[in-house]
Amino acid sequence: MSAEGTLARRSQNDATWVRVTLTTAAVLVIGVLVLIPLVNVFAQALSEGVGVYWDNLFNDHDTLAAIKLTMVVAPTALMLNLVFGVAAAWAIAKFNFPGRTLLTALIDLPFSVSPVVAGLIFVLIFGLQGYLGPFLRRDGYSAMPYLLSLLAVAVYVLMYLGLRPINPVERSGWWNHPWLATIAGGALVFLVTFAPQIYFEMWPKDASLKIIFATPGLILATAFVTFPFVARELIPVMEAIGVEEELAAVSLGANGWQVFWQITVPNIKWGLIYGIILCNARAMGEFGAVFVVSGHIAGLTDTMPLRIEKLFQEYNLPGSFAVASLLTLVALLTLLARVGVDRAEAARVKSAAEGTNELRS
Amino acid sequence: MANVNRRVLPGFSLTLGYSVFYLSVLVVIPIAACFMKASTLSLDEFVRAVWTDRARAAYSLTFGAAFAAAVVNVALGLLLAWVLVRYEFPLKKLLDSLVDLPLALPTAVAGLVYSALYVPTGWLGQVLVPLGFQGAYTRAGIVLVLIFVGLPFVVRTVQPILEDLDPETEDASASLGGTRWQTFRHVILPLLFPALVTGFGLAFARGVGEYGAVVFVSGNMPFKTEIAPILIVARLEEFAYSEATAIAVVLLILSFGSLLLINLVERWSSRYER
Repeated sequence: MSAEGTLARRSQNDATWVRVTLTTAAVLVIGVLVLIPLVNVFAQALSEGVGVYWDNLFNDHDTLAAIKLTMVVAPTALMLNLVFGVAAAWAIAKFNFPGRTLLTALIDLPFSVSPVVAGLIFVLIFGLQGYLGPFLRRDGYSAMPYLLSLLAVAVYVLMYLGLRPINPVERSGWWNHPWLATIAGGALVFLVTFAPQIYFEMWPKDASLKIIFATPGLILATAFVTFPFVARELIPVMEAIGVEEELAAVSLGANGWQVFWQITVPNIKWGLIYGIILCNARAMGEFGAVFVVSGHIAGLTDTMPLRIEKLFQEYNLPGSFAVASLLTLVALLTLLARVGVDRAEAARVKSAAEGTNELRS
Repeated sequence: MANVNRRVLPGFSLTLGYSVFYLSVLVVIPIAACFMKASTLSLDEFVRAVWTDRARAAYSLTFGAAFAAAVVNVALGLLLAWVLVRYEFPLKKLLDSLVDLPLALPTAVAGLVYSALYVPTGWLGQVLVPLGFQGAYTRAGIVLVLIFVGLPFVVRTVQPILEDLDPETEDASASLGGTRWQTFRHVILPLLFPALVTGFGLAFARGVGEYGAVVFVSGNMPFKTEIAPILIVARLEEFAYSEATAIAVVLLILSFGSLLLINLVERWSSRYER
């Protein structure tokens, strides 16, 4: 392919004037649509000098609070989608099952839902007039012990199944009874984590648990909108790599945990990193969905994009652009990461190809 | 690969189960709740909420602007993909990277900077406003910012197809006496058509739902520059939840419907490949 690619094909050669015209047009398009706006963000942010820029960012109480809130909301939503993305990619890329196409299509569903609608549906569930609203308002925290204990059970089941030897010969005792171990062990874990929460009254009683117009709502809405990113990045990578290496590791006696951390993760490393970075950039910049669930309490529920909008409404353009410049920097770092990841991936594929050639020769 | 793997590789039921659980809790059940809430309205109330003059103007602007932007994106995307795949020029890598910026740049930032660029005192407005082009607080401004938001989709769907295009098809066309334009029009374009439709669909879907970018540039005047998501927010701010949900359901059905349609066109256009 490369020999043919570098060799200029006569039939693929366009006339010089066509080439020059099209290239100029492309540069103009990117220049006007992308590059000028990009430069303009920083020009506007710095229009009143570096001192004002600094004050706008770090001496404005509400802006500082917005930056901190974004630093909480975006990573939390990212973590949720990361666990899901890895799990979904493992199931979809390594196995074939009925409904696989449907599941893949459903992962893309949030892409076709307007962010405003995404915010609205969480208001409908958790808002004051929503389906769970009356319960949350009356005694919302009473759900917390159950949620926390279920999380502990999930971690236990994951550990059990991950550490269980795959080869039946190596299994002994508990490892031979997966259902019993999951159900009985799960119940035990549930009790052990549930009882102390009740006994020590860890959660407030008869208190209203706020989800909408508070941080949990922001996290949920952000997670919904950025839901597909990690999974979509990982599925093609995992499919391309195939299952041979994992099967080899299993045949050598590795357990699920070892296979995942020592074979799968190094293979999908670059796709995973880019998925994380892109998902994070989108989570930090999400506007429509959080706009609906935030309630716009200055200093409390304004994320960075919402702060941009508020400053814009207050005609404080330099302040607005100062916050925007930070998010633009994040976007630029994301682009840079893409370039780096592509290079690393190309190097990995190349060295893998050389490796197989050496083995063959 | 199917059944062999399931017996040997661990974690199938665990990962599938968790994926379905998380998908249901975060996406499917909330969307279902949206439809459920809308169904509490009587048909009469529903129609009254979603079929006002103001709402109709908002739908046609939302879908019209997204459609116009997606069409422009098909042309621009084809141009960019062609130049990036076929030509060599200085700073090509930079151009290639900048195509992805709209994916990473928060839409609020895009909207903010576009509104500042096209006002009469802005960098581009200084030139364009005297020429009669109003790019801020107008419908043209909405289309413009939607073009920005949807820019990467067509480029990134067409680029790999163009790269993998077998050069011999063009050799064959040239050897049969086809001019360069004829080869492009009758050989290359049909091969790219499915990818162009996919890119169009992605850009269109993104444009229909877009809120952050539009809210800054549109000025949000009812009947003139108010898109459907802005109308939903306006209803919410009046605490008219049922009406807001009704409009949201209409928006959801219209966007699912148009995506389905685009999917059908895509399948029809690639029917020879199988």
